[in-house]
Amino acid sequence: MATLQYKVSERQVEEAIDNYIVPAGEGWTKILEPGQVLRIVDVEGNQAADTLFYDADHPTDHYSAINTIQRQGNVYLTTDSVLVSESGKELVEIVADTCGRHDTLGGACSAQSNTVRYSHDTLPMHNCRDTFMLQLSKYGSQFNKRDLAPNVNFFMNVPVTPEGGLTFEDGVSAPGYYVEMKAVSRTLVLISNCPQLNNPCNAYNPTPIQLLIWDK
Amino acid sequence: MMSKALTKIIPAGGKWSTKIRSGKQLTFTALGDGANLSLLLYNADDTSERYNMPDTLKAQHTAHLTTGNVLMSDNGRVLASMIDDSLGWHDTISGYATRLMIDERYGKTTYQEQRNDWYRSGEENFAVELFRNGLSNRDLIPVVNLFSKVSCNEDGSLHFARSHCKKGDTVTLRVEMDVLILLSNTPNPLDPSSNYPSVPVEITITDAAPVEENDICVNHRPENRRAFENTWDYCLLTKGGTN
Repeated sequence: MATLQYKVSERQVEEAIDNYIVPAGEGWTKILEPGQVLRIVDVEGNQAADTLFYDADHPTDHYSAINTIQRQGNVYLTTDSVLVSESGKELVEIVADTCGRHDTLGGACSAQSNTVRYSHDTLPMHNCRDTFMLQLSKYGSQFNKRDLAPNVNFFMNVPVTPEGGLTFEDGVSAPGYYVEMKAVSRTLVLISNCPQLNNPCNAYNPTPIQLLIWDK
Repeated sequence: MMSKALTKIIPAGGKWSTKIRSGKQLTFTALGDGANLSLLLYNADDTSERYNMPDTLKAQHTAHLTTGNVLMSDNGRVLASMIDDSLGWHDTISGYATRLMIDERYGKTTYQEQRNDWYRSGEENFAVELFRNGLSNRDLIPVVNLFSKVSCNEDGSLHFARSHCKKGDTVTLRVEMDVLILLSNTPNPLDPSSNYPSVPVEITITDAAPVEENDICVNHRPENRRAFENTWDYCLLTKGGTN
């Protein structure tokens, strides 16, 4: 599979059954029924939507970045990528993408990783892992920290070089770019709209995302 | 007084798990060309803290591991550090081989027919070793594949380097926190070879030399030093000493 598979969606915003704005630093969860379509819109550009998926019927089966990469033989996500779980179950398939490349390796920011990457005094800053944990805590004892597998960073550009380097580049995204995914099986989606203030990839300015859902 | 070295050989298809205290080191030696040893790492005292592939890679600006790199946990600490390496590249992005993959690639084998020569999978080896330690497939995370090189083209496509690991190649991990380590000597999922690899790996475990100020892993990047500082703080709090 090649990357940068641009594909425009024919779905109309007026026909969406749900339409949310998620400000930076906030989280969102929803179960998608098979066939339902979720669009994530990078409203102002260069934002990162940190996203995890779970088999809604067996929530201990989390999205697996590695199984997804291995299966398609490519580290980036784009149109036609099928996101699979640790057990190999197909969760969602990307059906439209005007950004063209999404990161699978960069993971989520956390208070602890911020201390490593930037400085010890970043510990109190808000971060995606806290948002993930707050969202999953609402499900009671169903989830715990073990369920926080490496996530997708929609709209993030984290190129792997042929020499094995990993770099954070300026986004390939721009205002209004979107990615759309169709649920293959019943899937719980967990999103943290990244609040990172230390990384130039969002121009130090985290911005809202829009979420739209269609029944088909 | 130096404690006795412990040596183990993990045969092709084999698996092993154990707790190891901080201050030990493990030297892995490929006993043939083309070894692949998949590795999982957890904090022995709190297994919800585990090797975190994204945090490890982005902090060190690398997609592969070699001398100077460390394996970081989701709590910004160093579980183990790679203090020596003859290969220059260990794979972080290819995962473990599943049962389905092994059957499709190498032909279906059963214990009934082949006895202990049947082809094991990383998926089942890890399922057993996780279960043995009170964990489950829920705890599966990206593995490190010691001895394997998988690179990535500009377009993101993956390539397995066929003649990367030679007989006698070694890599040494120093354990920085008390860890639970799980190992599976099963094929790299991207290895295109049509024969099930049968390369045993020897592990020698000894006491590591104390971490000095000029340590290659501590000084590899400022990020590494801060991760070590987090680790030393944790050891101070939980052990009443300075590691």
